[in-house]
Amino acid sequence: MQLAVNVAVLAAIYALISCGYVLIYRVSRVLSLAHGELMMLGAYGLAVTASLFVGHPLIAIGAAALLSVLVGVLVYVLLMRQMTGESVLAAVLTTIALGILLRGGMVLAFGTQTQYPLQQLGWTNASLPVGPSARISAAGLLLILGTALVYGGLFAFLRMTRWGIRMRAAGQNPLLAAQRGIRLHGVYALAWGLATFSGGIAGMLLACDAGVEATLATIGLKAFPAALVGGLDSLAGALIGSLVIAFVEVALISYVDPLLSDVVPFFVLLAMLVVRPWGLFGTREELDRV
Amino acid sequence: MTAPRSSGYFRIRYEDDFALIDTRTQKVWLGVLAFALAGFPFLANSVLLDLANQVLLVSIGAVALMLLTGFAGQISLGHAGLLAVGAFTTGVLFRELAAPFWITLPASAVAGALVGLVFGLPSLRLRGLYLAVSTLALHFMVLHVGQEYETRRGLSSGVVIEPPSLFGYALQDGRAWYVVLLAASTATVLLSLNLLRTKTGRAWRAIHGREAVAEALGIHVPVAKLSAFIVSCTLTSAAGCLAAYYRGFVSAEAFPLFVTIQYVATVIIGGIGSLLGALLGTLFVVLFPYAIEASMNALGLTDRLSSMIFAINQAAFGVAMILFLVFEPQGLVGIWRRIQAWVLLWPFGQKPLGRP
Repeated sequence: MQLAVNVAVLAAIYALISCGYVLIYRVSRVLSLAHGELMMLGAYGLAVTASLFVGHPLIAIGAAALLSVLVGVLVYVLLMRQMTGESVLAAVLTTIALGILLRGGMVLAFGTQTQYPLQQLGWTNASLPVGPSARISAAGLLLILGTALVYGGLFAFLRMTRWGIRMRAAGQNPLLAAQRGIRLHGVYALAWGLATFSGGIAGMLLACDAGVEATLATIGLKAFPAALVGGLDSLAGALIGSLVIAFVEVALISYVDPLLSDVVPFFVLLAMLVVRPWGLFGTREELDRV
Repeated sequence: MTAPRSSGYFRIRYEDDFALIDTRTQKVWLGVLAFALAGFPFLANSVLLDLANQVLLVSIGAVALMLLTGFAGQISLGHAGLLAVGAFTTGVLFRELAAPFWITLPASAVAGALVGLVFGLPSLRLRGLYLAVSTLALHFMVLHVGQEYETRRGLSSGVVIEPPSLFGYALQDGRAWYVVLLAASTATVLLSLNLLRTKTGRAWRAIHGREAVAEALGIHVPVAKLSAFIVSCTLTSAAGCLAAYYRGFVSAEAFPLFVTIQYVATVIIGGIGSLLGALLGTLFVVLFPYAIEASMNALGLTDRLSSMIFAINQAAFGVAMILFLVFEPQGLVGIWRRIQAWVLLWPFGQKPLGRP
């Protein structure tokens, strides 16, 4: 029972982070390897707003969420937009460079000590009972709820709203989409904003659970296999992939060796790449045309 | 893209086409370079020697990565992992069997080749991003295995390796290392230069250009890809072996993801598709942190920020990579060629029409 709870929480973490990878990849075919760092920036953003708006936790959270959307849009407008028309490799390398820039910058700005935004918000992380024998932390519960909300919101957004449909169109065929009058740069900026927003929410909730320090970004990298196992261009896939990875990871940690935690996602990733590189729900890449 | 040349040089015999160095100017400058490299250890102090040794050490891996990424067009984010393969093979062989240098170096190379074969296999089905991801997985797995070895054997601070002995002479002195590393680096560059002129090297360039066309031209794409992986991994792993001996210890902590990023940066900053670029990129990447430290010393900030120096390096490194990617995708080699062209054409140099 406790295992099931652990799987659910871990899957929620991975799912919340990996939907950022999926959003950006699906819309612009760029893999953002700076996502872990952007997530961490969201967590630090919460630490900052929490100390700014003491006594108003909801305002602080809202401000931090807005801030992460803004950061995402800025990353696109100031940096990734310059890479339009360059090779995909160059764009991915740019995100790697952005990642280490952010990593160094955040240590410079916030130091290496662990910060606990939850205390600054004035809340405590209670441990709640689930069923007869299992417990879940309040932050863990919030993570699951947050993931459900974010995914529900994203599905509704992509299916029903005008901007969501534009986004899918741009992902399917940028040329045709542009000819139909869709502003690609606007759509891409929105995708980056949303991806950073969801990553930022994940970072904030993780920070509430365990505090935020310089190593948080590695979780971002560990969530990437979840996106790929599910299929890089499928949101539902990211959800399933996260469940798979979380299940395998928790099972191996508790029955085989706790040290495996850092490599399990990559084992699953490699297995998937050998069997079905495009993932469980992803679309196969087109053949190479001359 | 060939380097611009001054006029007055013609290839008049068929053998001229095979020459690695063809103009007199090139011969003169290479002579000067060789002279400078040979004279360097007699003039430099130990700090400069250590720097030079680091540059030489990194240059091997950088050239290897350039072969794979710059020429064969296959992305690798696992080069720190490959260095670790070589380093750990050396460490384990030394610790468990007390194996000498003449065994550990070939063993590391073979281990690298095997890992290259295994992780090159996904490249047959995967392209671009997916390949980068699988090599990233390689990095984490190799480090995990290394860490596992360390904890199982109770070597939490890493495996200590004694300096190797060559011809009965222990390599402890920076000068002796300089000679060995210079030889290794030169051998790597010469091997790569010649390899690129063979059928294999041309096949690599072809699959870089476009796989489907290369296949239509009769190139066996899987063989070409795998050979690129194996050659690159072998060289990198051998460099890892040398690095292990040079540092005197092996530890999984010495190969973080940042090292991979640094190697990728040598390729990007140097200029994709040029061996000279790999060497220039190596110089830049190795000397960059020292330049930053020196400039901070000059500004008098060192005392206040000494604990932050690594973070400053990382951030500045990110900025440098972004600037090169956005403003100078050709890298340092592109700048160098433009300077060459400007000097050659002066005072008649002009920008080609249609380019801003």
